[in-house]
Amino acid sequence: MVFKHVPSAPLALALSLVAFPSLAASDAELDELRAQVRALRDSYEHRLAELERRLARQARPAPAAAAAPAPAADGARGFNPEISLILQGQYRKMKDIDERHISGFAAVAEHGDDAHAHGAGSRGFSVDHSELVFSANIDNRFTGLANFAMADGEVEVEEAWFETLGLGHGLTVRGGRYRSGIGYANQQHPHAWDFADASLMYQALFGEHASYANDGLQLRWVAPTPVYLEFGAEIGRGANFPGTDRDTNGVGSGALYAHLGGDVGTSHSWRAGVSYLNARAEARHSHFEDVGGEEVHTNFTGTSRTWVIDGVWKWAPDGNASQRNLKLQAEYFIRKERGDLECNGETGSACDGGVDSDTLTRQSGWYAQAVYQFMPEWRVGLRYDRLDPGRRDYGVNNANIAREDHNPHRTTVMADWSPSEFSRLRLQWARDQSMAGETDNQLWLQYIMSLGAHGAHSF
Amino acid sequence: MKRIVSLGLLLMALASPAWAGLKVFATLPEWGALAQIIGGREVDVFVATHARQDPHHVDARPSLIARARAADLVVANGAELEIGWLPVVLRSAGNAATVPGRPGYFEAAAQVPLLEIPARLDRADGDVHAAGNPHIGLDPRRVLTVGEALTGRMAALDPAHASTYHANWQGFASRWKTAVDGWSAEAAPLKGATIVVHHTAYPYLAEWLGLKRLGALEPKPGVAPTSAHLAGLRAQMAGTPVRAILRPPYTSEAPGQWLAEASGVPVLAVPVAPAEASEQGLRDWYAGIVAQLVKAAP
Repeated sequence: MVFKHVPSAPLALALSLVAFPSLAASDAELDELRAQVRALRDSYEHRLAELERRLARQARPAPAAAAAPAPAADGARGFNPEISLILQGQYRKMKDIDERHISGFAAVAEHGDDAHAHGAGSRGFSVDHSELVFSANIDNRFTGLANFAMADGEVEVEEAWFETLGLGHGLTVRGGRYRSGIGYANQQHPHAWDFADASLMYQALFGEHASYANDGLQLRWVAPTPVYLEFGAEIGRGANFPGTDRDTNGVGSGALYAHLGGDVGTSHSWRAGVSYLNARAEARHSHFEDVGGEEVHTNFTGTSRTWVIDGVWKWAPDGNASQRNLKLQAEYFIRKERGDLECNGETGSACDGGVDSDTLTRQSGWYAQAVYQFMPEWRVGLRYDRLDPGRRDYGVNNANIAREDHNPHRTTVMADWSPSEFSRLRLQWARDQSMAGETDNQLWLQYIMSLGAHGAHSF
Repeated sequence: MKRIVSLGLLLMALASPAWAGLKVFATLPEWGALAQIIGGREVDVFVATHARQDPHHVDARPSLIARARAADLVVANGAELEIGWLPVVLRSAGNAATVPGRPGYFEAAAQVPLLEIPARLDRADGDVHAAGNPHIGLDPRRVLTVGEALTGRMAALDPAHASTYHANWQGFASRWKTAVDGWSAEAAPLKGATIVVHHTAYPYLAEWLGLKRLGALEPKPGVAPTSAHLAGLRAQMAGTPVRAILRPPYTSEAPGQWLAEASGVPVLAVPVAPAEASEQGLRDWYAGIVAQLVKAAP
């Protein structure tokens, strides 16, 4: 059956040529065969030449009418999100201080292991949590990002949000868990910090993560003005310090901010901002010392309002930051808290049995820093932190809770080397006087490595 | 409340000037020049970078976001050249028209075939671009192809001025072809000449003029030159007559200078973008490069 479909003439020809070259062919037949072979060869050569011509045409720059499409990544792989993994760790030399805190400022009491806090951290060798970041356009209307911080036995969702793509009119809506747009440093993840640790201001304002994150909605609007003018409003759960999770249907915290920015000549650019954060706390737990030096526990219930002004100035000669550049950055805050304070302590402490009082605090602080890249890959930085514990009126608890009169301050210098935008090694030294009566000279040796896709950083 | 409303009205008044044509946000001067040539008086072109800047490393400055907010059309180079800043600028601007994938976003590199498409993607190879080498502006023939596609895009976005755009382009294209023939003729003696480059910014120039690249000062793209690598390169240059060392003006002078002194080969600061975003700017750019190279006789 099958053989019926095999063309018989070429087969016979081939057989006759191979098997009986001299016997079967007379001169006339040979000539005929030669002619046939020549015809075949001519035909193939012609076709080959035609193919080569076509190939050459395709290899040349395509004419504009038939513009080549953008080279897309192959297959389904191209649709995967951008993934980046950030590895961070350090050697750190510092004093052994029990219950490290910033004098005069309430912080969320941390029980147990706090090795992964960005503010405090452990001594000696340690790795920070590793950040795993996914981001991609979801469809033609939304884009999304998730940032997971992983450490032994825990995965923390640092950010997980979607955002509108091109809502137009300068509007963008973000929903999910996000780092608030207040201040300047708040949105920066630790790997983008210019120093190994956060400023005292951010540690005092937001505790462990030194950044305010919220579960909720954010609306941003860029004004249609020649200078950059952006407004933002946020509402959300407000579960993080200075607020607490309150199990309500309502809004736990809200924030408002405005940013203004522009260029001065080709070498200078700047951004300035004002922000306001309103949060509510219910039984927010902190540790204090009583007037006798004993530890007491306090629960704060009330409202916390924070104002921040921030400014950044960048210099790059002729706008070319790859050789040399300078970044100046400063932020200032005022925080007012009003509500009730419940003080508890063990037998013998001032708050034995529990003492309730009104409370009203007004505290402030600032930091200023300069980071100078003096040659490609190398930067040096200087930072000064100073906080003012300000007015603390605990009502009747004034008689029980110690109010240290100490302005926490710290001076930090650092040098870092970044062979590429994906790796950075840093040496940092700080003279930390954030605790009354303690001077802690701290030394850091830190690495920050980012694997995979690396999204652009904002200004 | 009244004050807020009046402030809003004031902002809106500022927002809608009497302008009717296209507002173009170009990332590089050469693409700004094309948009200006095509659009003539009907367009308002903003160029985000200049020739003395490294287009890979630009800050997502607030001023850029404000400009991107107002743009009807973003003309980007593409092929990941602006990956470090343009995505942030566009996302922060909240502009629906210029979202990548929409007609208001145009990529020059998507219009022409690219060179040096990496066989493998590995950060150990330095700053590699998956799509290929992005510095296409240094080939005036490719610029012509990009401009033709851009004309179509601008005409589609602004049909009222489509005929003007096409007419402007036709005029430029014929002038341009003559100019390119002139430069090619002037550069004829360069054919087959060997060059050394600081950064792999010149493959399209090399393809156009028939230059051969012996090596690069950067051991890997985007990685700063090391002394060991430079010494190796110098040894390599000893055996081959090299016409010139080409350096983008935004890179540091020292490594090229050292190699020039060590090898006796002149080092040339060859701009990777025109000084001005205009037809004259484009002409001066290519004419200057050809003249520089022809003059740099071995």
